[in-house]
Amino acid sequence: MKRTALALLATLALATSAAHAVEYNQVQVDKSQIAFGFQQMGVSMDGSFKKFSSQLRFDPAAPQAATASIEVELASVDTGSAEGDGEVARKTWFNTKDFPAARFQSSAVKALGGNRYEVAGTLTIKGTSKDVIVPATFTPQGNTGVFEGSLTIQRGDFSIGEGAWKAFDIVANDVVIKFRITAAAK
Amino acid sequence: MNAHYTATAKALHWVIAVLIFGMLGLGFYMTGLDLSPTKLQLFSWHKWAGVTVFVLVVVRLAWRVTHRPPALPDHMPALERLAAHAGHHLLYVLMFAIPLTGWLMSSAKGFQTVWFGVLPIPDLLAKDKAVGDLLQTVHLSLNVVLIAALLGHVGAALKHHFIDRDDVMTRMLPRRRR
Ligand code: HEM
Repeated sequence: MKRTALALLATLALATSAAHAVEYNQVQVDKSQIAFGFQQMGVSMDGSFKKFSSQLRFDPAAPQAATASIEVELASVDTGSAEGDGEVARKTWFNTKDFPAARFQSSAVKALGGNRYEVAGTLTIKGTSKDVIVPATFTPQGNTGVFEGSLTIQRGDFSIGEGAWKAFDIVANDVVIKFRITAAAK
Repeated sequence: MNAHYTATAKALHWVIAVLIFGMLGLGFYMTGLDLSPTKLQLFSWHKWAGVTVFVLVVVRLAWRVTHRPPALPDHMPALERLAAHAGHHLLYVLMFAIPLTGWLMSSAKGFQTVWFGVLPIPDLLAKDKAVGDLLQTVHLSLNVVLIAALLGHVGAALKHHFIDRDDVMTRMLPRRRR
């Protein structure tokens, strides 16, 4: 009796650890979004990027081993108006000709408890790299998992908006980057 | 002379008139600019002033439905009376509809209006590019009709003053102090 109970426990433990060894690593771009928000003369504006790619590996049982990288095609920006899209591609903003992509590469992932994590990494936009810490949550949904979070950056740190746009009175310095990345487990 | 408009009616008429002339100039000027901080600033000012006009027009409409304006002079033939009434109705409709379409357009384009950068005006329409573009065309078209209506309005006022030599124009002017 005691033996069967032990054996049962052992199998249970094995089964759960096997379930935990799930690694989410197949990013589903069509179910993922990268958006941003900022203030323009007191008005909240938002936009998004239509094209980006991402590689990630995340095992909820071993979050510290997780890695993530995201590459955003800056010319795919949607600011809400064709005029705005054209403007931000120019030299004074993203300069997409010389710097077509923005990149995030993780360096360390820390579990904060619950479904919350902290992803440290390097963000590179327009030739400037900065170390950032991105708070993120992970929500399993069947065979896929959703990573969500946001990060506030200062556009001035990356020379996004030069010349006449350099002042922050019309277009604010703070830009919130919001992401939602869906990945399937394999 | 009792044929004068009330001081309230005159104040509303002239404040709205000055704002609308400014708005027409600003509207056509700003849309022709290349995107720049100045352009965004002018767009905001246009929207703030436009919402102000809208509020004043609502007050003015409330005044109009609760007051009777001075009667038209007896010498006017029926056709002229009809034209005067129709013209005034058209002006009221345009004064109301133009800022309204501006507001709706801004909502549909996803650019909320925050009055003087402080008071957010609710978005009555969800963001929808096609609707936004349509409302932009409506806003522009109504403005073209407004310009035609204003030409007729000013022309008629001057005709009353210089050709008919009646008091139709002067009774809307500030009363001369004696
Ligand atoms: C008395 C009221 C108003 C007048 C006479 C007026 C007049 C005009 C005129 C003449 C234009 C240029 C049309 C064109 O070239 O497309 C314009 C554009 C515009 N108006 Fe108004 N307007 C008024 C109120 C408003 C209000 C209340 C708003 C928003 C809250 C508004 C928002 C706009 C916008 C966003 C444009 C630019 C459209 C574009 O090119 O994207 N307007 N307006």
